[in-house]
Amino acid sequence: MPLLEIRDLHVAFPKGKKTEVEALRGVNLTLEKGERLGVVGESGAGKSMLAFAILNLIADPGRVSQGSITFHGENLLDLSERDIRSIRGNRISMIFQDPMVTLNPVLSIGTQMIETLKAHRRISDKEARKLCIEKLREVAIPSAESRLEAYPHELSGGLRQRVVIAIALLTDPELIIADEPTTALDVTIQAEIMALILKLCREKDVALLLITHDLGVVAEVTQRLMIMYAGLCVETGQTRGIIDAPQHPYTYGLLKALPQKVGRGARLYQIPGSMPPITALPSGCAYHPRCDRATDVCRSQIPPLENGRACFHPLNVPEAT
Amino acid sequence: MTTPIVETKGIEVRFPLPTHFLSRDKPVLHALNTVDIAIQPGETFCVVGESGCGKTTLGRAIIGLQPPTAGEIYFNGQRIDQMDEATRKPIRRDMQMVFQNPYASLNPRRNVFETLAEPIRHLMPETPASEVRETVENVLAVTGCDPSWQRKLPHEFSGGQRQRIAIARALVTNPAFIVADEPISALDVSIQAQILNLMTDLQSKWGLTYLFITHDLSVVEHFGTRVAVMYLGRVMELAKTETLFDAPKHPYTQLLLDAIPKLEGGSFDTPREPGELPDPVNMPPGCPFAPRCAMAEARCRAERPELRPLSNGARVACHFAE
Repeated sequence: MPLLEIRDLHVAFPKGKKTEVEALRGVNLTLEKGERLGVVGESGAGKSMLAFAILNLIADPGRVSQGSITFHGENLLDLSERDIRSIRGNRISMIFQDPMVTLNPVLSIGTQMIETLKAHRRISDKEARKLCIEKLREVAIPSAESRLEAYPHELSGGLRQRVVIAIALLTDPELIIADEPTTALDVTIQAEIMALILKLCREKDVALLLITHDLGVVAEVTQRLMIMYAGLCVETGQTRGIIDAPQHPYTYGLLKALPQKVGRGARLYQIPGSMPPITALPSGCAYHPRCDRATDVCRSQIPPLENGRACFHPLNVPEAT
Repeated sequence: MTTPIVETKGIEVRFPLPTHFLSRDKPVLHALNTVDIAIQPGETFCVVGESGCGKTTLGRAIIGLQPPTAGEIYFNGQRIDQMDEATRKPIRRDMQMVFQNPYASLNPRRNVFETLAEPIRHLMPETPASEVRETVENVLAVTGCDPSWQRKLPHEFSGGQRQRIAIARALVTNPAFIVADEPISALDVSIQAQILNLMTDLQSKWGLTYLFITHDLSVVEHFGTRVAVMYLGRVMELAKTETLFDAPKHPYTQLLLDAIPKLEGGSFDTPREPGELPDPVNMPPGCPFAPRCAMAEARCRAERPELRPLSNGARVACHFAE
């Protein structure tokens, strides 16, 4: 049984009085124990919506309109708010984009860490403190003991995100959902934080769902990849395989548009246009207006996700043997 | 060598920080420390560094949005930093800026035509109305904007379209020099290539000179003629793009290059120690990078290395670079 299994997930938001628009239009995903999966897409593709849905955090008036999210064989969508709380922040931890927003500015680091622990464990203050220091050491925060008294504003952006990671690890989760964990940070700090997340996931055999727009980051950290476009998964498979031989024209375009893929000074490959908003999706394949391989069938039918890609005219198709 | 289009000589920018009314010391933040750069006509001069390194302050000082507290700035051989507003006005036509966030840099209540006509009306008031219209239409066409956009407001556009409009606004006065401060950082990946290609095309068509400010080294490698790597208000390495990427000489440049995630993978496999920036208010006496540098010795903590030329043509501020 996989650790996490998502089947045909739809998330809808009301538009006007009677109609709804879908931010997720039927997403499937499986994650095994200890596996690292990258979810890549541009803003509005629905990747954060996916994370929110797993944690039952979709804000009203949005709702999960269809599908199932199974964690250890239990459908998270059927759980009461109380039961989901025993999973959220405990067996499934989160790391969000901006550590200045996720940490409470008026509470010391120690107070916030102990609070998290006590919400999920029966533990004495003394033991909780000991455990917090241990976790701060694990994320390589210098002079961990004295940092418990510090407030978030006294730490640099990189150290703050390390604290967030330490909090995420406190309850020994089986799955960490990291939503753009390094987008707000400088490049050198990004490298430090991603190297740390990678090391911890490997050592503790924790599964990782890494949401990002950066193909370089997923190439460094994840084993499997899922490319999202306009609320659907358009390509999925082994990270290496997709990066070396993308099959969906969108993935191909994203990779080819990277400056590191062409020679110095050469013209960059560009995908024309931009992603449609969910309120104005074209018919058929949502990517067809930007696609140079599109034909009539792409304009009328949504391509099913088969053999790891949702495309009628894929590239780099391995020859049948 | 031709006259540089823009030259800075020892410019410094200091910001006095708020003080407690009983306190005697007056803390000062050194945002820029003796920066000397010379930008040649037609080149793309890139400035890279992490947040707080002074790269934006440098761009703002050159364009005139942040007067330097010391030093001199020249434009085509003419000193501009001490000019009064009236003398400077004709020069502003030749120097324009594109900002990072096109959601903040366009006036939400002004339509595209008004946004683009404003710089012409302000800087070239003698231009007849018919010519203003013609210029706006031409510039919209070369920047890949549809003529129908003129009557629309910023909220009707996507981020990439807004950045095209911001670039068009910078071009309406027919400038020679453009400061582009992180012009693609706020945009989606598939849109970044569109904007970079547009900037390349405009440069070859109009012979523009760019000061391109960014934190993204892979963009610099693709786009830049020369690069200045900045750290805490100082230039640490200045070299031609090929030279810098083929043989980085400063340990900080090396650190930045190692931090880029690679499609081949493998560079995040070893854990990295947390790097701490020294306090920019109370800077240590030696090299600003010494606390993070693996090569640092006692000399680095005592004596600040000056920018000096190396045999490969690069200029590097490190005692050990050769």
